[in-house]
Amino acid sequence: MSRIRVLVGTRKGAFLLTSDGKRRSWSIIGPLFAGWEIYHMKGSPLDPDRIYASQTSSWFGQVIQRSDDGGRTWGTPGSEPGQLTGADGFPRGESNKFVYAGEVGTHKWYDGTQRPWEFKRVWHLEPSLTDPDTVYAGTEDAAIFKTSNGGKTWKELSALRSAKGHLWQPGAGGMATHTIIVDPRNADRMFVAISAAGVFRTDDGGRTWMPTNRGLLSKYELPDPSAEVGHCVHRIAMHPSRPDVLFMQKHWDVMRTDNAGESWIEVSGNLPSDFGFPIEVHAHEPETIFVVPIKSDSEHYPVDGRLRVYRSRSGGHEWEALTKGLPQRDCYVNVLREAMSVDSLDPCGIYFGTTGGQVYVSADGGDSWDPIACHLPAVLSVEAQVLP
Amino acid sequence: MIRVVLPHQLCRLAGVDGEVRLALEGSVTLGGALDALEARYPVLRGTVRDHATLKRRPFVRFFACKEDLSFVPPDTLLPGAVASGEEPFLIVGAIAGG
Repeated sequence: MSRIRVLVGTRKGAFLLTSDGKRRSWSIIGPLFAGWEIYHMKGSPLDPDRIYASQTSSWFGQVIQRSDDGGRTWGTPGSEPGQLTGADGFPRGESNKFVYAGEVGTHKWYDGTQRPWEFKRVWHLEPSLTDPDTVYAGTEDAAIFKTSNGGKTWKELSALRSAKGHLWQPGAGGMATHTIIVDPRNADRMFVAISAAGVFRTDDGGRTWMPTNRGLLSKYELPDPSAEVGHCVHRIAMHPSRPDVLFMQKHWDVMRTDNAGESWIEVSGNLPSDFGFPIEVHAHEPETIFVVPIKSDSEHYPVDGRLRVYRSRSGGHEWEALTKGLPQRDCYVNVLREAMSVDSLDPCGIYFGTTGGQVYVSADGGDSWDPIACHLPAVLSVEAQVLP
Repeated sequence: MIRVVLPHQLCRLAGVDGEVRLALEGSVTLGGALDALEARYPVLRGTVRDHATLKRRPFVRFFACKEDLSFVPPDTLLPGAVASGEEPFLIVGAIAGG
C-alpha cells in the first residue's frame, strides 16, 4: 500500500506527517529547523526522498536545505568540504545566495513611490518535472531563480522583472513570487503568480515573460481596475491533464482561464465570500476545485467563525460547503496560500493547515475531515507526497 | 586565536555548540573576523552579512568588550582583548518582537 508524507512548514520549524494510504493514523516528526520560518518544502516528483526546504528568518536571512533521504537528514547544498570551493580553498557556500541579475531596478512601494528590489526570502520551491537537480525558486521581493545543480547555486531568470516590474507593488504579506507551475506537456512553458503583480507566462523557459491578466478586475486595489499588471493574485492551480486550464484565488474573486491565461472569467458564484488564499484541484477530477472563503481583506478568518472548505464540481460558479469534521463555531484562523495540497491516491486526499496550527486531512475527496495535528505553530505551507 | 559567540539559531545552523574559535593572529579587523568565520562555516554566508553587499544584516548586532561595534567600518581593528582571545566577539540577534 502507498504511504503518504505531508511536508508542513510553520512559523517555527518544519514537521513531517506520515501515514499509510488509509490516512487515518499519523505520526509526526519535528520540529526540524526549530525556531526558523519554513516557508515551503517540496519533494522532487522524480525522487520523493529528495526534498527542498526554504528556511528563513528576518534576522538571519535565507537558507536552502536539501534532504536526499526523505527528511531524515538535511544539509545546505554545496557546503561540504571539497564542494564548489572558492579561491581560498573553502566551499563558496552559495546555496543561500540569491542576488538579482543586472541592474536591480525599482518597483512600486505601498505609497506609490519607487523602491529598489531587495531580496528577503524564498516563498516557493518548485522542483522540475524532469530533473531532480533543477528547481525554481519564487522569492520576495518578487523574482524567479533557478538552480541546475541541486541547490548549490542559484541564478535569476531576470526577464520576469522586465514584465513591467516597475508597476508591481507589495501586498500586505510583501511582494513575492508565491506560485510557480511548470506545464507538464512543455517544460519551457511556466506560469508564475505574484502579489501584487498578477500572473505571468513564459513559453521559452524563462527568457521572456508576458503578463496574462486579461479579465482580472481589482477596483479597490488599482486606479485602473483592469490594468495589465498590479493585481493581487493569491494563488493559481492547474490539473496536469489540462495545462491550459488554470484556477485562481485572487485577493477578491475566484477566476478561471481555459486558454493558458489569455483571458480569465470570474467563477465565484455562490461562495459566501470570494476572498481567500489557497485554491486546489482534485487529483482525478479536473473540474473539481477547493477554496477556503475568508471574510475579507481586513478580517482574515472564516465567515461567521465557521471553518468551511468549499468545493465546486463544475470548475466554479456552483459551490458546496464541506463542514463535516471542521469547527463550525468560534473559529477565527486563516488558511494561507501555500497551506493546501492534494494527494494522488484514490479517493483523493486533501490537506490544509491553519494559522492556528491545525492540519486537517480529508481522505474522501472533501466529504469529511479529520485533524492530523492541532497544536503546531502557525502553518505556512503544506505539501502532500505519495510514496511507493 | 579569537573567540566568536554565535546566536543560538546560527549555532544550530553551523552545527556548533556555544563558542567558535578562529585561528587569527595579530591585528584582527571586524571584516577579517567575519571573513574567517564564513570561510570556516560556509553555511553562515548570507546569514550575518548580505551575500552581495557584505553589509551587516539589519537585525544582527556586533558586541565586544561592552562596546557596540555594529556600525563601525569593516576595516576597524577589533579590541586587543578580542584579538588575543581574552574576550569574545559576540554576534547577536537584535531584540525585536518581545
